[in-house]
Amino acid sequence: MNQIMELITQPWPWYVAGPLIGLTVPTLLLIGNKSFGISSSLRHICAACLPAGIPFFNYDWKKEIWNLVFVSGIFFGGVIATNFLENPDTFILSERTITDLKKLGIHDFAGLMPADLFSVNALFTIKGFIFFVLGGFMVGFGTRYAGGCTSGHAIMGLSNLQLPSLIATCCFMVGGITMTHLILPYIFKLF
Amino acid sequence: MKNSQEVATQEEFVCEAPNNMVKKEPPLENLKYLIVGIMFGIIFVKAEIISWFRIQEMFRFQSFHMYGVIGSAVIVGMISVFLIKKFNIKTMSGEKVDFHPKKFQKGQIYGGLIFGLGWALTGACPGPLFAQIGSGFVVVIVTLISAVAGTWVYGYFKNKLPN
Repeated sequence: MNQIMELITQPWPWYVAGPLIGLTVPTLLLIGNKSFGISSSLRHICAACLPAGIPFFNYDWKKEIWNLVFVSGIFFGGVIATNFLENPDTFILSERTITDLKKLGIHDFAGLMPADLFSVNALFTIKGFIFFVLGGFMVGFGTRYAGGCTSGHAIMGLSNLQLPSLIATCCFMVGGITMTHLILPYIFKLF
Repeated sequence: MKNSQEVATQEEFVCEAPNNMVKKEPPLENLKYLIVGIMFGIIFVKAEIISWFRIQEMFRFQSFHMYGVIGSAVIVGMISVFLIKKFNIKTMSGEKVDFHPKKFQKGQIYGGLIFGLGWALTGACPGPLFAQIGSGFVVVIVTLISAVAGTWVYGYFKNKLPN
């Protein structure tokens, strides 16, 4: 039993996590004819809370409530994994990434998130505004404009061999690479 | 008058993750999705997909981890979809599984790029956002609220944007 627990609390390798994520596609399809997608939950929140007469939010969101239940499950999964299945060892990051990020001004590599950025203190600074407010806005705006995110396009869409999803996935990567290599160094110069 | 206006503004509902179940599900059935969601959240945390650092590693091509996760997920998903189509596997309640071909739109390029830029900043696509909050990173609540706001603003300007 202890051995099993030890195995579960270690970080899971990609060849365990990836196939399990892939299995979500047939699981959702077979338990309730649901296509896998997560960013749609953000739209349902808009439709439920502030439709404001906008046609895009004028639909029966209650019929799609499964998606909101699903994302609340992701929240609870995060609670469980962090509190009961915590990794006993330190977080291991590629040395090259550490070197690169140190140059940008990140110094804390102990947790899953850089404590330099993801703290309540950072929230009311320009750093917080860019990383949380602006970043979050681009995630919400961009995924909806693209008609899906990593789950809806990269996983569900590619699983169903959809060319538009391949195009979208490539654009996600191009956007991320551009931010990381071309824009991030300038953002970190701001503070 | 109000009614006719509402009808006029209604558009066809296109969603990437639609509920295609014909039979109406009683509210308790939602437990299924809660359980799948919980499993999913645990995977996100245990495979460290929620980590801002892992996303940086990915965009800097300094680790295979995220490519392995996404790549193997896609392969398993592809095989599953192929098998469901090939053997016409029905859902638990006996319905035919619905698939939705996606139409190419310029939004997939513009929106995709904007999302990518945001992904590298926040270190999270929409799924991991929820798991990050569950893991106790409370500041991510702000990111989530901003993401909802971004979605709302898209809905507001949808018809004015090139697509």
